[in-house]
Amino acid sequence: MITQTVTIRNKQGFHVRPAQQFSDRAGQYEAQVAVVTEDGRRADGKSMLELMTLGLEAGSVVTIEAAGPGDEEAVRALAELVDGKFGED
Amino acid sequence: MDTLYVQGIGVSEGVRIAPAFIYRRKEAGGAPAPAELPADPEAIRAELSRLGEAKRRCARQLEDLSAKAAETLGEDQAGIVTGQRRLLDDPAFYPKMEAWVQEKRVPAEQAVAGIVEQVAGVFEAMSSDYMKERAADIRDIGGRLLNALAAKEDRGLTAITERVILVADDLAPSDTIQLDPERVMGLITRAGGATSHTAILARSLGIAAVVGAGSAIDGIADGDLIAVDGAAGRCIVRPSEAEAEQSRLRMEEGERERAALARYAARPAVTADGTRVELAANIGTAAEAKAAAAQGAGGVGLFRTEFLFMNAPAMPGEEEQFRAYREAAAAMDGRPVIIRTMDIGGDKALPYLDLPREDNPFLGYRAIRIGLGRQDLLKVQLRAVLRASAFGNVKVMFPMISGLQEWREAKGVLEEAKEELRRSGAAFDEHIEAGIMVEVPSAAVMAGAFAREVDFFSIGTNDLVQYTLAVDRMNDKVAYLYDYFHPAVLQLIRQVIEASHRAGKWTGMCGGMAGDPLAAPLLLGLGLDEWSMEAGRLGVIKKELSTLDREACRSLADSVLTLDTPHAVRQALEEFRRAIGHTL
Repeated sequence: MITQTVTIRNKQGFHVRPAQQFSDRAGQYEAQVAVVTEDGRRADGKSMLELMTLGLEAGSVVTIEAAGPGDEEAVRALAELVDGKFGED
Repeated sequence: MDTLYVQGIGVSEGVRIAPAFIYRRKEAGGAPAPAELPADPEAIRAELSRLGEAKRRCARQLEDLSAKAAETLGEDQAGIVTGQRRLLDDPAFYPKMEAWVQEKRVPAEQAVAGIVEQVAGVFEAMSSDYMKERAADIRDIGGRLLNALAAKEDRGLTAITERVILVADDLAPSDTIQLDPERVMGLITRAGGATSHTAILARSLGIAAVVGAGSAIDGIADGDLIAVDGAAGRCIVRPSEAEAEQSRLRMEEGERERAALARYAARPAVTADGTRVELAANIGTAAEAKAAAAQGAGGVGLFRTEFLFMNAPAMPGEEEQFRAYREAAAAMDGRPVIIRTMDIGGDKALPYLDLPREDNPFLGYRAIRIGLGRQDLLKVQLRAVLRASAFGNVKVMFPMISGLQEWREAKGVLEEAKEELRRSGAAFDEHIEAGIMVEVPSAAVMAGAFAREVDFFSIGTNDLVQYTLAVDRMNDKVAYLYDYFHPAVLQLIRQVIEASHRAGKWTGMCGGMAGDPLAAPLLLGLGLDEWSMEAGRLGVIKKELSTLDREACRSLADSVLTLDTPHAVRQALEEFRRAIGHTL
């Protein structure tokens, strides 16, 4: 399993659009993807619904986990998406 | 039964009278009774296949709706439906229903209702208002799945065949896009506010609407005659004969006005002496630009961009703004589109921009003051506006400017945005015109100094009157003092127009006064260059202008500007209209 810890930095946090972008990107990989919060709540990285319900705001620290084919690339790409503030400003 | 008076929030104007059509989404048989499937793999398989069939039907319905919405309402509205379509494929939604059927051995209905409640409950518990509202989307799609399972089509609003006033608790997003404005004359909802989805849609479809009517709607029965006044937010249920007659007259008057508009829409705005006048429309969304063009607008004099921000879950990024501005510019096909930077604060809050409550919001942190306080946000907007300027005749305008320093700072941010785009090689109009709204009296007083630096002025009469006369027109006790015919306001307007002309610049007007036919001869006489109003007013003003002679209006303006009370001004204007053969 590959993991990487990232900080949400776009101002609006994990709102609808970021959740959609994240789940879309995660869906491109065969690997299972999860997002885990600091207090241990988990969301399926391919589910926009679960990602939104984590209620992540700017400054939240989360761990992206992936296991299976393409896991390394998946984690790298998703961490980049978060670090790049989902293309916001 | 007695007449019932219902007061709600008027969100889309117009007077309409028609029988009530009570609409509540039929949740196929309500919540299903708990049941357990036989422990037979065949029964489970059969249940899963029912569920799968329901999902496919739902998906088809949503795809149809979305195609229809894209056609009639623009991409924004269609987005709501595509969002629901997407939900159906979410791994945390439908697969969980399948899992319930398999593991808990419950009928499909129970699995749907259970998961929908679970997910909607999570959203409702969230702190953001926007997220709380997503629960409605989840329930909307849950209702669809249940209906599909019961093998019945939704009792669609498209089934309405007569003219009705629609009465509902609230309308789900997928309901509103089925509204046919030919039949749904008006609507009343229990819930909702001025910026709700229902309100915005009603306005763009021209359906008179009152929302937030609360429990009062329980007193309405199917078929009751209802008169809706969408401007006042008032409904009369089971009106007396006299009240019904009055509403009918007002409805017919509105219809005549719309018909007159249609006749004048296609003609250019020309005065009796042959002077061309720039008539433009005020819009709030890119989709309205198309409608305004169809109604004969010669451009957009005011694009209120704040709706783009108010209807979004989060601050729209540069791309999203760019697309909206480009769409408006393209719809106007070379005619000018004046984009006003966001005018938020005051009575317009943004859920995701944490603005503290203020005791005196209209004198507080709003409009350009926020723009200059948060230059990061302003610059994103200006970059989007600049990029759109490559696709049409775009101009930019700053709201609430009270002094030259603010204008210079805002212009500085605009220049920075240009420089950034130049560096990245993005196309934009290097000579884009930049102007200011004149709505604070200090800007009007300093018009001479501003005119040396700005490309144009646009007078926002609503705020200019409120600030000049110190009157809150929403306050019933003092609203009588609110009058754009007050001589002090007229002096300011003249001063602004003259200052711009002396510097070779031009002045427009985008407040309510520009759409008032009584004001038209005066404004023409004062030399106003551009008039911008709700698209629905264009026909009336075009018609008025076609009867006016510019020289006669100049003398009228000269004499009116010597008068000392609003009353005397009105009298003089009415007399002028009578003299040229108009009746009010």
